[in-house]
Amino acid sequence: MLSVKENEPVVFTDEMLGKFAEIVARYPEGRQKSALLPILHEVQAQYGWLSVPAMDSVAAYLELEPIEVYEVATFYTMFFLKPQGKFVLEVCRTGPCCLVGAERIMKHIETRLGVKEGEVTPDGLFSWRGVECLAACGYGPVLQIGPEYTFYENLTAESIDKLIEDLKDKAAAGSR
Amino acid sequence: MARKLLLTHIDVPGIQTFEVYRQKGGYRAVEKALKTLTPDDVVEEVKKSGLRGRGGAGFPTGMKWSFLAKPEGVPRYLVCNADESEPGTFKDRFLMTHIPHALIEGMIVSSYALGANTSYIYVRGEMMPQIRILERAIAEAKNAGFLGKNILGSGYDLELYVQPGGGAYICGEETALLESLEGKRGNPRIKPPFPAVSGLYNCPTVVNNVESIAATVPIINDGGEEYAKIGIERSTGTKLISAGGNINKPGVYEIELGLPVEEFIYSDEYCGGIAGGKRLKAVVAGGSSVPILPANLILKTLKGDSRLMTYESLADGGFQSGTMLGSGGFIVFDEDQCIVRNTWNFTRFYHHESCGQCSPCREGTGWMEKVLHKIEHGHGAFSDIDLLVDVSKKIEGNTICPLGDAAAWPVASAIRHFRDEFEWHVTHGQEAQTRNYGLAHYADPLEPVA
Repeated sequence: MLSVKENEPVVFTDEMLGKFAEIVARYPEGRQKSALLPILHEVQAQYGWLSVPAMDSVAAYLELEPIEVYEVATFYTMFFLKPQGKFVLEVCRTGPCCLVGAERIMKHIETRLGVKEGEVTPDGLFSWRGVECLAACGYGPVLQIGPEYTFYENLTAESIDKLIEDLKDKAAAGSR
Repeated sequence: MARKLLLTHIDVPGIQTFEVYRQKGGYRAVEKALKTLTPDDVVEEVKKSGLRGRGGAGFPTGMKWSFLAKPEGVPRYLVCNADESEPGTFKDRFLMTHIPHALIEGMIVSSYALGANTSYIYVRGEMMPQIRILERAIAEAKNAGFLGKNILGSGYDLELYVQPGGGAYICGEETALLESLEGKRGNPRIKPPFPAVSGLYNCPTVVNNVESIAATVPIINDGGEEYAKIGIERSTGTKLISAGGNINKPGVYEIELGLPVEEFIYSDEYCGGIAGGKRLKAVVAGGSSVPILPANLILKTLKGDSRLMTYESLADGGFQSGTMLGSGGFIVFDEDQCIVRNTWNFTRFYHHESCGQCSPCREGTGWMEKVLHKIEHGHGAFSDIDLLVDVSKKIEGNTICPLGDAAAWPVASAIRHFRDEFEWHVTHGQEAQTRNYGLAHYADPLEPVA
């Protein structure tokens, strides 16, 4: 994952620009604004969140006013407008998952990570939040982790502990 | 065994791939449609099938198609609504994960019927794995000549693209979905004009749910009349039901419409009964937006008839004693669940997901959430219960899109059927923090409550 700071200008790599061009080609001439959500997903996958300079660069690329990008990025809950942990655990908090214990799972994650919802652990590895229905109600409680949005189903306290350890190992292996 | 049309080959290893799907008879509907039927013939078959929109509204699909305007020289679009976000519903995820080609094949047949040369599948952004699966399936189908220019030598061209959403329930509303596909906030549009006249990029557009589009495959293969033989009255064919909550076997089941609700809940072929040997308290039968019913009213209508899994039977009694089939998101509550807490949870969901355009919804859902939070946490008054009913009535019918209704109905129905539980939360505020109200009069099997 590339890193980006609050006011750092953002220049997209050639690889990213290639992906953007592929996306824009899906829509009729002059309708490149349709590429906004897919491109914001790509940018977030690269940097972990959407900084203002990153959104400005997207606006310039798509020939939009910056406000057109901001208003979209603030509307859709999947987009992060401030830096997150390397792994963001997004736990479904809606009715069907609560019937099978989602509230206990969120409590457990909070205790285990030692940070409140929306905060980042001191090592920068984790943050977590409750999200609304993830359309996996038969496999609850569930959580997802971007940018691949891998799903973890039928969660228990034990499976959460194991997941957190596995992710720590993964991060350690990645930084070696 | 019940007949299956969509999930027939669900257990075949490798059915996700083009090769295996094709071996099992896949893409025959495309061959039949493009080689032997005109677009209007396809529309006619879908009309004959009686297929009704599987996303929740239940509007006849063939009729929706026939409304599509066809001005000369203007492109037409088919957009698949795969924004599945209605709490309790996870059937489209299941279909796209396990049999993606059923959706791709349906998209080709349906696009041909509508004369669309570019079609989009709008998938909720959280389903990134499913987006990758669909993109792979599209590439396979294109490679085999079922997409692209001059498909099967018919002269018909079609390009198919997958579009990710951004995590907004409202984008399941078709005009909000179109706004989102145009790269904007998901604010529903004022209708008319309907998308059939002015939809994506102001062009005539049809928006259909994943399951509706997949259902066109068996309809074309076997004919609309064969499809219409399954089911009861105006509820024809099969339906995917996603069952969750406190049951032994949560999952996605394809049922023939007309199956008794009691059989669906208790039979080992489906939900397998209530988990942990507990008793049934309540069911939300069609996704969180539809009225919740207590056990006695979900199993039998007020008239005492066995309640069936059909659009008509579930709606029997109107909102006084009935509910809706909706999206088929079937949520089961056991005796230990708290109706007040669940209603608060659902209302928080609608408040969170309101797009904010219409003040009755934006403000009303927030007020309902606050009042329900107060009651659930032991600080409620009797007047709060009436206040909730009042606010819900002022939201219902007063908004651009149905999200307002969808937020109002769960609250109104919970109070209608479980008022004593709300009152108990008021009179026993402290006790309600430590134990649940339990079953009271909702237990099965009991006589209906008048």
